[in-house]
Amino acid sequence: MSLQPPETHCGAEVLIRCLESQGVEYIFGLSGGAAIPIFDALVESSIQLVLVRHEQGATHMADGYARATGKPGVVLVTSGPGATNTVTGLFTAQMDSAPIVVICGQTLTSSLGKDAFQEADVTGITYPVVKYSTLVRNADDIPRVVRESFHIANTGRPGPVLIDMPKNVSEAPCEASLNPPIDLPGYSVPGRADATTVEAAAQLLSQSRRPLLYVGQGAVISGAGKAVTELAEKLGAPIVNTLLGKGAADETHPLHLGMLGMHGTAYANKAVVGCDLIFAIGARWDDRITGNLDDFCVDAAKIHLDVDEAEFNKVLRPDVCLHGDARLVLEDLLPKVGPLDTTEWLATCNGWRERFPLKYPKKGGLRPQHVLDRLDALTEGRAIITSDVGQHQMWAAQFCRTRNGRNWITSGGAGTMGFGFPAAIGAQFGHREKEVWAVVGDGGFQMTLCELATAAIHKLPVKILVINNNFLGLVRQWQEMFWENRLSGVDLEGNPDFVKLAEAYGVKGLRIRRPGDVDRRIQEARDHEGPVLLVAEVVKEDNVFPMIPAGAPVSSMIIEPPRERMEKPSGST
Amino acid sequence: MAAPDLTLHRDEALPVHTISLYVTNKPGVLVRVALVFARRGYNIESLVVSPAAKGDFSRMTITCSGESTTLEQMIKQLSKLVDVVHATDHTDSEAYETEIALVKVAAPLEARTGILEIAEHFNAKVVDYGTESLILRVFGASEKLNAFIALLRSQGLLELVRSGKILMARGLDET
Repeated sequence: MSLQPPETHCGAEVLIRCLESQGVEYIFGLSGGAAIPIFDALVESSIQLVLVRHEQGATHMADGYARATGKPGVVLVTSGPGATNTVTGLFTAQMDSAPIVVICGQTLTSSLGKDAFQEADVTGITYPVVKYSTLVRNADDIPRVVRESFHIANTGRPGPVLIDMPKNVSEAPCEASLNPPIDLPGYSVPGRADATTVEAAAQLLSQSRRPLLYVGQGAVISGAGKAVTELAEKLGAPIVNTLLGKGAADETHPLHLGMLGMHGTAYANKAVVGCDLIFAIGARWDDRITGNLDDFCVDAAKIHLDVDEAEFNKVLRPDVCLHGDARLVLEDLLPKVGPLDTTEWLATCNGWRERFPLKYPKKGGLRPQHVLDRLDALTEGRAIITSDVGQHQMWAAQFCRTRNGRNWITSGGAGTMGFGFPAAIGAQFGHREKEVWAVVGDGGFQMTLCELATAAIHKLPVKILVINNNFLGLVRQWQEMFWENRLSGVDLEGNPDFVKLAEAYGVKGLRIRRPGDVDRRIQEARDHEGPVLLVAEVVKEDNVFPMIPAGAPVSSMIIEPPRERMEKPSGST
Repeated sequence: MAAPDLTLHRDEALPVHTISLYVTNKPGVLVRVALVFARRGYNIESLVVSPAAKGDFSRMTITCSGESTTLEQMIKQLSKLVDVVHATDHTDSEAYETEIALVKVAAPLEARTGILEIAEHFNAKVVDYGTESLILRVFGASEKLNAFIALLRSQGLLELVRSGKILMARGLDET
C-alpha cells in the first residue's frame, strides 16, 4: 500500500485507502444509495467485500472476525434502515467489548435534519451502544477519523466505533495526508498497574489458603492466558472462567474448574462459595456470576484486575483494584508471589469435581448434551466454536471445553439471538484454514439464517449445528420451573425442515435423529469441503443444569432437576 | 394576577452534587455527557458550557441530584468518554463558586421601597426600571441567590432566570 499524495481522490477512495492501510482484509456490508460512492471505491481495492443479506448479519460477522483474530471487523452499510439495522450488532459488540468499525452512508450534509429519504440520525440513535462515533462533515477529516476510530475500537477496553459518512463528503475531493496524527486528548490506553497496588495484591494473595482465579474475557483480549496459567500453577490456585473468558486458560488444565455462574459447573460454583480470596482477571462481577450480591463471597478477599477503571466499585468494592492490561499486570505480579499452601483446598475442589460432574441422561432419545459432548471429543477442542443464545449455548459452554480463548465466540452480555451463525462466518473469514462450528438453536438461527446465502456463495467450510427442540428452550425451562409450566410464547411450531432449507440455499443438509447417528453425522459434516447444516432433532423438553436461579445466592445452586415447584426468581434474567 | 409557582421541582431527599468536566469541543459531547446522567437516574439541575482558555476545549459545570452511591460510578463513566479529558467531583471541595440570577418582580409604587431595600442588602443591581416591574441582577453563591429569591417571592416574583453554578478550584489545583 503506497501513501501517495491523494490530491485527485474523492473522500470514498481515501476512506478505502485508509482502511487498506489499517490492514483491513474484509468488509461485511450491504449497499444502498447513500453508500454507493464507497462501494464504488471498493471496486479498485484489495479489500474483499462480503455482501450480506441483512445488516445485522454484517455486524455479527465483523464481531466474529474480530473476536477470532483480535483485529477490528469492518462493516459498511447505507443510511437510514441500513444503519439502524446495525444497532443490535453495535449493542452486542459494546456489551462484549468487541472491536468493530461500522461505516454508514448518510444523506447529504445539506439535507441533515430535513427528513430526507433514508435519513436517520444515526449518531444520535447509536450514542448509548458505541464506544465512539463521528459524523464526518469534511472530506479532509477522513484519514484522521479512520485512524482514530481503529485506535479507539481496538485499544484499552475494545468496543464498536461508528463512522457516519454523508454522500457529499464521500464524493468531495480529499487532500489531507493519509497519515495524520491522532488527536484524542481525552483518551489514553492503560498499561501496567500502579506498583503499590501490585504489591498490595501480592500481599493479599500471600495470606490466602483457598484462592480462586476468576478469569474473564479481558484475559482473552490482552493475551494473558499464559500468565494466568503460570499464576495458577505458581500459587497452586484453581481457575474458573466466565462465559466470555472460556479458554483464556485451557479449560482442560488440571487446575481448571470450568465455567462459573448461573449455568456453570457445580464444582466451579462451590469453589466460589468456598474460597477465601477471589481474583477477578478481566471480569466484571456480572449478575449472572454473583447472583445475590449480599451473599456473594462475603468473607473472601477480593482483587479486581481490569483495563476499564469504571468497572471498579461498580458492582462490589474489592480490597485491591489493579488498573491495567491483564497480561502486563500479571507479568508484574508473577515475580512477587510464591506458592501457597493449597493442598487441602485443591483436594476439596477435586472432590467436588468428582462428586458433582456435568452429566445428562443417557436414555430417552437424542440429548443435546450428548451431541455437544461428542462435538468436543471429535474436534479435540481445536475448532472455533461460536454459539447463539439459549439452552444450546449453555450446553455448548459446559461440554465444549475451550483450549484457546479465541476459539470460543458467543454473545454474553447482550444475549443476542441470531449472533452465532454470522459470527461463525466472520470467524471463518478470519481463519480460512480452521474448522469453525456455529452451534445454534432453532429459534436464534432463524433470525439470521438468510446468511446461508453468504456462506454458500463464498464456499465457506463453516459447519452449522442446529440444536432443534422446536422451542425457545431457555424461556420454556423458566416457565416450567418457576411459572407452573404455563408455556407462553415459546412453542416454535411452524419451524421449517432445516435440511431442505439448507439445500434450497445450496448448502449441504444433514440430520441427526438417534444417538447412534451422532458421531457419523458430525464426521460427515467435517469431511465435507463446503458449508454444512447439521440439524440435531433433540428431545424437546430437556433443561440446563446446574442452575442458580436469577438473583439467588450462588450457594442455592440446583444441581439436579428439582422435584418440587420453585419460587419465582428475584433477579431479572 | 396569581404568583407563578417558581419553586424547584426536585426530590429534596436526593443530595446535590457539583461536577466539572474538561472536554474537547466536538459535536455530540453534550449528548454523550447527558446520557451518562439520564441512564443512571440523575437529574441535571443546571449545566453551564463555555469555551476553555485553550481553544478546542470546553468547560462544563454541572449541578445534579441523585444517589451518592452512584456518584463515583458517574464520575468514572464521564471520565471514560473519549471526549472527556477529565471529570472532577467538587461536591465537598473548597472551590470558588458563583452564579448569576435575573429576577423580574412586579413593582407597583407602594412596593418599590421594600424591593429596593432587599436588592441593596444583596448587592443586586436594577437593570431594567419599568413602571410595572423591575429586573434585578444578583450574583454570588447559589445559597445567597436562594435566600434573595425567597424574599422576593412575597413581593410578586414574575420571572426567574438563573445562569447555573460555575466554579473554579482554588490555588493551583486544576478545575
